[in-house]
Amino acid sequence: MSDATVHLRTDQLSAMYGKFSAIKNVTLEFPVNKVHALIGPSGCGKSTFLRTLNRLHEMTPGAWITGTVELDGQDVYAPAVSPIKLRRRVGMVFQKPTPFPTMSIFDNVAAGLRIHRKLPRTELAEIVERSLQRAALWDEVKDRLKTSATALSGGQQQRLCLARTIAPEPEVILLDEPTASLDPQGTQRIEELMHELKTDFTIVIVTHNMQQAARVSDTTSFFYLGDMVEHGPTKAMFTRPKEPQTEAYITGRFG
Amino acid sequence: MSRIMVGVMITAVIVAVLPLFLILGSLIVKGASSLSISFFTNTPVPAGEDGGGVRHAIVGTLLIVGMASLVGVPLGIAAGIYTTEFKGSRLATITRFVADVLNGTPSIVVGVFAWTVVVVTQGHFSALAGSAALAVLMLPMVMRTTEELLNLVPITLREAALALGYSRWRTSLTIVLRTALPGIVTGVLLSVARIAGETAPLLFTALGSQFLSYNVDRPMAALPLMVYTYATGPFEEWHRLAWSAALVLIVVVLVLSVIARVVTRQRFGRNV
Repeated sequence: MSDATVHLRTDQLSAMYGKFSAIKNVTLEFPVNKVHALIGPSGCGKSTFLRTLNRLHEMTPGAWITGTVELDGQDVYAPAVSPIKLRRRVGMVFQKPTPFPTMSIFDNVAAGLRIHRKLPRTELAEIVERSLQRAALWDEVKDRLKTSATALSGGQQQRLCLARTIAPEPEVILLDEPTASLDPQGTQRIEELMHELKTDFTIVIVTHNMQQAARVSDTTSFFYLGDMVEHGPTKAMFTRPKEPQTEAYITGRFG
Repeated sequence: MSRIMVGVMITAVIVAVLPLFLILGSLIVKGASSLSISFFTNTPVPAGEDGGGVRHAIVGTLLIVGMASLVGVPLGIAAGIYTTEFKGSRLATITRFVADVLNGTPSIVVGVFAWTVVVVTQGHFSALAGSAALAVLMLPMVMRTTEELLNLVPITLREAALALGYSRWRTSLTIVLRTALPGIVTGVLLSVARIAGETAPLLFTALGSQFLSYNVDRPMAALPLMVYTYATGPFEEWHRLAWSAALVLIVVVLVLSVIARVVTRQRFGRNV
């Protein structure tokens, strides 16, 4: 708990939908300013695990957890913790781009900022510009900030969502298969961004794509049927997996 | 075989659409001749005399339908939000069922209901009683449309807002409702058009009147009531006015429907 380099950790975390356990007794640590990949076949629980970290899991009817999730030593499921404040510290980008269709590009990026505090207009504009630059989207949209966000391409929309997520300066960014609906170019841009963003944020990414996990992450966890089978430095896991299931998965024998 | 089926379909379409054109055609033929500026600006003249207009009925319809919408629209939208937000709850299920039953209730029954509750209690007919009946008719329509359209908003959008730190109510109102709003506006306009043409619920509530009145606590004229009274009346002049009033009524309903279509197209033509 005193280890300042560990930002986020889970202890014996299980997540349930009614009686079904999507993940079982997962204990994991995520050090700061690193990219962590969660891999595994469909239905292995990696997305559910991600959604427990910002308490989005509990928004599904019938969903509940046992065990703990700690952010900076504080149990995020403690009764005193507001999930709304937590989600300000733990941002999330989804598989499909989710720009708010009724808002302009500018308003999309400002959306998270506006609900948390009232900012002077100039300061708001600065943060929006900075966030769009960090998401490598500024040059493409700076002349049409007032137009609808739905007119952007899929890849642009996803970078817009990334800008919207980083604008309120969260500490952790959760990415749930952020490139699954993008073309190779869009995917490459998001991957490049992850290298830059990890200097400021702790990143946890769920991915189906093992090459992607190998390219972008520092540590990797392999999930299978709700169990966290193996966890370790990405390079080691992809060259010398300890568990036979991990080896079978990363060499493409199943999943 | 395929040809025969196509033939059957085309015949069915013609049979289905023909009445609409026949109605419109006869309304225009018989009603348009009496339309003039004075038709819209005058109130009725004593029976048997020529001239006279429907200003009182137009004002009455606007007032009665307006007041009904003032109650029915916000309540219907609020109920629709509730049944979407608390989908699985017992109250939502009951509400949905009751709304469906109400949707299928003959409008004259709703009129009798308003008569018992408002007219009998107050001791006299009034525009308010008519509005109450129309509001009851409108409520389940608005509620069900709202619900259907809110359910069309992708759940990922809701989750994106929550993940950004939006509270649940803020997500529902500023993201989900806002996204579905154009469709809801369409639904509301269509239900306004529907109740604007209702006659039965007004027969023993608003009652009808020959005079221009703005007092909603008194009987009031309305276009459908006027059509009913004049069409069944003994005078030739009344029949002509009834045709014209019917034409005005159907044009109002058509215009509302067209506006509804345009609003929908703007929303769904662009993206989604």
